[in-house]
Amino acid sequence: MNDDTTQGKRGEDKGAAEDGAAVFLERDALQTLLALLQSGGYRLVGPQVRDGAIVYETLGGAEQLPRGWHDEQAPGRYRLHYDPASPRLFAWANGPQALKPLVFAPRELLWEAHRDETGNLRFQDCLPSGERIAVIGVRACDLAALALQDAHFLEGPFPDAAYHRRRTGLFLVAVDCSHPAETCFCAATGDGPRVEAGKGAAWDLRLQELEAGFLVEAGSRAGAAYLARLPARAATEAERAAALAQAQAAVARQTRRLPAPGPSAGAPCHDAAGLAGALTARHDHPHWHDVAQRCLACGNCTAVCPTCFCAGDEEVPDLAGTASRHYRQWDSCFTAAHSYIHGIVIRAETRHRYRQWLTHKLDTWHAQYGRSGCVGCGRCITWCPAGIDLTAEAEALVP
Amino acid sequence: MIDIDDSLPETPSRRHPVRSPWLAEIVERREEARDIFTLRLRLCREAARSRYRFQPGQFNMLYLFGVGEVPISIVSDPEDEALLDHTIRVVGRVTRGLAQLRAGDRLGIRGPFGRGWPVQAAEGRDVMVITGGLGCAPSVSVIDYIARRRERFGHLTIMQGVKHHHDLLWRERYEAWGRQPGTTVLLAADQGGPVWPWHVGPVTGLFDQAPVSPGRTVAMLCGPEGMMQAVVRELRARGVADRDIWLSMERNMHCAVGLCGHCQFGPHFVCRNGPVFPLAEIADLFGVRGI
Repeated sequence: MNDDTTQGKRGEDKGAAEDGAAVFLERDALQTLLALLQSGGYRLVGPQVRDGAIVYETLGGAEQLPRGWHDEQAPGRYRLHYDPASPRLFAWANGPQALKPLVFAPRELLWEAHRDETGNLRFQDCLPSGERIAVIGVRACDLAALALQDAHFLEGPFPDAAYHRRRTGLFLVAVDCSHPAETCFCAATGDGPRVEAGKGAAWDLRLQELEAGFLVEAGSRAGAAYLARLPARAATEAERAAALAQAQAAVARQTRRLPAPGPSAGAPCHDAAGLAGALTARHDHPHWHDVAQRCLACGNCTAVCPTCFCAGDEEVPDLAGTASRHYRQWDSCFTAAHSYIHGIVIRAETRHRYRQWLTHKLDTWHAQYGRSGCVGCGRCITWCPAGIDLTAEAEALVP
Repeated sequence: MIDIDDSLPETPSRRHPVRSPWLAEIVERREEARDIFTLRLRLCREAARSRYRFQPGQFNMLYLFGVGEVPISIVSDPEDEALLDHTIRVVGRVTRGLAQLRAGDRLGIRGPFGRGWPVQAAEGRDVMVITGGLGCAPSVSVIDYIARRRERFGHLTIMQGVKHHHDLLWRERYEAWGRQPGTTVLLAADQGGPVWPWHVGPVTGLFDQAPVSPGRTVAMLCGPEGMMQAVVRELRARGVADRDIWLSMERNMHCAVGLCGHCQFGPHFVCRNGPVFPLAEIADLFGVRGI
């Protein structure tokens, strides 16, 4: 494995750069990086405007990035605005999806069964191709979410082979979030808006976008190898100061937070015990009824959540009766089928389902993976058609 | 056929069929009652047989070609390495299809999965196996396990409750267990009948006839959650500690390896951390509706 390859299990050498090692890259030189990554064998995936939202899709070049686009997010609301005067490519907060579909596929074939004329069966595992993908513009909240998905899919007793293969093919070009949305609260969870070494999943390159270009630093050997080939120069003090001021402003713009009761009050809730035990203890709180009056149980929050990991198995036989395919597809704890066992739906009412989702995310996740399952991206707030705000619901339950 | 992914680190997944199943053949099909049957399976490949080991209370995912998988507990003895018995009730699409299979037919197995009954920890102690309804198959494995190793355990009390007297499966088996030394079999039916010589009423009505020694008794429960809640109240009232009460829990399962999320019960993945739990681990959730 050479330096040009994503390293090891999940790039153990990534995200190791010291702060202050950043160099300056002119905005137009970003295309040079993208071209180098493409010639290095990576498919580029990056943010683009499609159907009125910023989505992560295959990227041909820097000209497809959302230059001049800004977002406006609020509970149950997402709108884009175009500013032709703005040169910025990343002056928006996350859209509905980023990394999760690239590693935990929305639907994928797990295995096939073949039956011959004697009735004998043959099984075959099916794995993704192991494509190498460079993701451009990964935010800190999504790096934190990726680390949580890694913990779930790779660090337990039964690591998932498909996730493993997709994950090892990723090259991550992170970017500090300079324009958090009104729904964002990553500063409160301790997961953003800055991309930092040693926090969340490791990254290969980090960008901080300024008016004229980017501060760039490498977080891995592979990232350093690419950075060495870019026409960068030493960053000036003024550029560093501008990046720092921008980061501080991004924190200051965030107003939401999750409650942190008890001795951990005030600490970022992924470091502290946060709401561990607090929602389980309030399983009969009347507020679950209240939120169930508003919740449509549509599952949008679970679909956009970058850490939700539920998936259902599905069997699809062919018409000839000689082959059958076993698929895995994203599922949601808001459906009746999710808790179905032989004639009984365990979580029969919406209040049970919302309680399951919020309690898992903010409380029992601690016992499972050592921290909260919420990274403060705010997607579940924006994309909830009823505008339900989990920070407000948590506050109502644990004032 | 690939059943081991060499790219993964050494973990249980290297030793289990985690993704696609292993091939198995039905050696025998036994009708137990209406809509209840037992499939005796044999893994087809020698390599699979030599690797396969299980504990009473663990389960397999049985795969029916073209239809899908269901979790089924293993009722045969773990030292009977060649054959794996699964007692199945027809409740859905997969079990309905499995019921149509005959000796010689082939299916898939993934497993064994989960935590079984605490048979090692229970050695030298009195054991109460308390079951309800038709959900007694997971407990048959542990009763048989103790019955075959009688000298390693103290007194064995088997308490089984059914709704209607004709729901009782394996009447002869209960009678045979009851004839063993140091074993008490107590049966109850909510609705008895002219041929029902035992207790009429809920299974908890049997406690008056059952010796319980706090600190010495280990209780193993299996059945509907409402029944297990009532039994837990009786056991606690008689001084049995939560750490000595073990319950076989049931939730929706797809993957069986703690990834798909369906079987979550509070912080626990029933497929991986259970299905057998000591009450002490789940006391804050047990009996809460909709968890």
